Amino acid sequence: MISKAYKRENRISPLSATILNVIFILLSLACVLPVMLVIIVSFTHNDSLVNQGYSFFPSQWSVTAYTTLLKEFSTIAAAYRVSIGITVVGTVLSVLLMALYAYPISRKDYPFRSFFTFFLFFTMLFNGGLVSRYMIYTQTLHLKDSYIALILPLLIVPFNVIIMRTFFQTTIHPALIESARIDGASELRIFFRIVLPLSLPVLATMALFATILYWNDWFNALLFINTENKYPVQYLMMRVLKDVQYIRENMTLVSQNPELLKNLPNESLQMAIAFIGMGPILLVYPFFQKYFVKGLTVGAVKG
Amino acid sequence: MRETVVPSPNAVRTNRQVKAYRFFRSFWQFRHLTFMIVPAALVLVLNNYLPMFGLFIAFKKINYVDGIWHSPWIGFDNFTFLFNNGSLWRIVRNTVAYSMTFMILNLVLSVAIAVAINELRSRLAVKSYQSFLIMPHFLSMVVISYLVYAFLHPTNGFINASILEPLGKAPVSWYMAKEYWPYILTVVNAWKGIGIGAVIYIAAIAGIDPEYYEAAVIDGASKWKQIVHITLPAIMPIVIIMTILNMGHVFNSDFGLFYQVPMDSGMLYPVTDTVDTYVYRVLMQLNDIGMSSAAAMVQSVLGFIMVFITNGAVRKINSDQALF
Repeated sequence: MISKAYKRENRISPLSATILNVIFILLSLACVLPVMLVIIVSFTHNDSLVNQGYSFFPSQWSVTAYTTLLKEFSTIAAAYRVSIGITVVGTVLSVLLMALYAYPISRKDYPFRSFFTFFLFFTMLFNGGLVSRYMIYTQTLHLKDSYIALILPLLIVPFNVIIMRTFFQTTIHPALIESARIDGASELRIFFRIVLPLSLPVLATMALFATILYWNDWFNALLFINTENKYPVQYLMMRVLKDVQYIRENMTLVSQNPELLKNLPNESLQMAIAFIGMGPILLVYPFFQKYFVKGLTVGAVKG
Repeated sequence: MRETVVPSPNAVRTNRQVKAYRFFRSFWQFRHLTFMIVPAALVLVLNNYLPMFGLFIAFKKINYVDGIWHSPWIGFDNFTFLFNNGSLWRIVRNTVAYSMTFMILNLVLSVAIAVAINELRSRLAVKSYQSFLIMPHFLSMVVISYLVYAFLHPTNGFINASILEPLGKAPVSWYMAKEYWPYILTVVNAWKGIGIGAVIYIAAIAGIDPEYYEAAVIDGASKWKQIVHITLPAIMPIVIIMTILNMGHVFNSDFGLFYQVPMDSGMLYPVTDTVDTYVYRVLMQLNDIGMSSAAAMVQSVLGFIMVFITNGAVRKINSDQALF
């Protein structure tokens, strides 16, 4: 046992503690302030943007950006539908498949354990690269412009499977499985009735990871999706920013066609789109947070 | 079971038969577990193993009529084109330089944060700092490119309008000034990565037996000595594993960071173009499958070799800490 005296003796001095706290408060602010800036700009009045530039303390506020967005409701709703759809389907499938893979390779008595562990591990060491994957997806599997192309690539994250395996190994005692088997439970029953309920922290962590991975993905849409009503939110955001940039850089184009500039989303509108794109993550994140550090820690340390 | 494998009692079983028999018996006994593994294994085949196999397209002249399987072989022509192309050196130099910088900087900062946060006594403070520091990891590169844009916007951006202007300095056209981008990209990458990087080391430090520190205090070791002689050696195995895995990605770059954040601005290519953005551009914009597949193959093979070199080096120093 550790004595209280030792703990007191080994504390850092109040001065160093204060310095450390100040540093951490500054770091925390550095993480949050850019997000705050985007949110504030999205609520800034256009006159204030023109006179003052982007500022944390704008002189005039406005919700015009959001009322304008409401007019584009159908585009945004479609993108949201796509994003929510692939996130829900992807997360459920991803967590289930990864758990189903991680459990057998966590069992010491499973004879093909080392083979399947290597089969998984090898994909972390070597990969076919972008071109090969692109050609296989479009030429062999014919997934161009299909929702499957947004779900399949992110289903299995090898590193996360290893974290799950380690979690199963360290928290589920073999005797528990043995006794269930003696009672006549099948492997599948053991897995769904005993192993999964005991693994909620790691499952929640993986669900959070998968949710974020799917929600934040734009790369697969960039590669595989052509139809506008299949764009997920992140890809829509990317297109908006790129189009704006493109028009700004080609002012000659604008002089020939003044309509373009009029339809250009103003800056608070762009930032409102960014806010709408990250919104769900900022909402979900605090709820998962408490599971997340625990699930990751137990799984990662004893690897 | 037994009867089906061994036809008659007096048949002589060879060694091979015994092995095959044992294999099938354990296969049958554990068929449910194998059944559980199959779906995810199939996904790995589709996502990882087929593309590995598909690397052969680098040796082909692909045309869409014949498809990838029936297009003619052309040997090393794609590689000749790639190596004669002037941008190869630039993209490899950028990729490796950024990867190494990011790896070292993020490692040092993550470990520093983990060690420092471990010294704080208030649970509430530790938890809140952690939550804030991890948050950037959960934002997509598209969102981050908006955040960066809010700071670097040429006329209204926070830096030009709210910092440089009040100081009486001339505004900078950030998206056209390549000299700043190595720093911008390094800062953005660290901002996104160090919080989540620290979590792993925080966990590792939490797993150290407190008795080591108790003994150190009795021996009169200072805080600094404790960190150098207990904490750092204890987390070394995890540092090494993470480094080996990162070494495999030295020739890879975060596509989003180098494509989204500089907004694919042509003026910045000399300092922002990496193997991944180059491969993407050659494939999707120039539609040159040959050269992009050759570049992608060079990237995969070099990464694989790097893992082996690093792992071999680690095994020479301390065989317990090697990955395989």
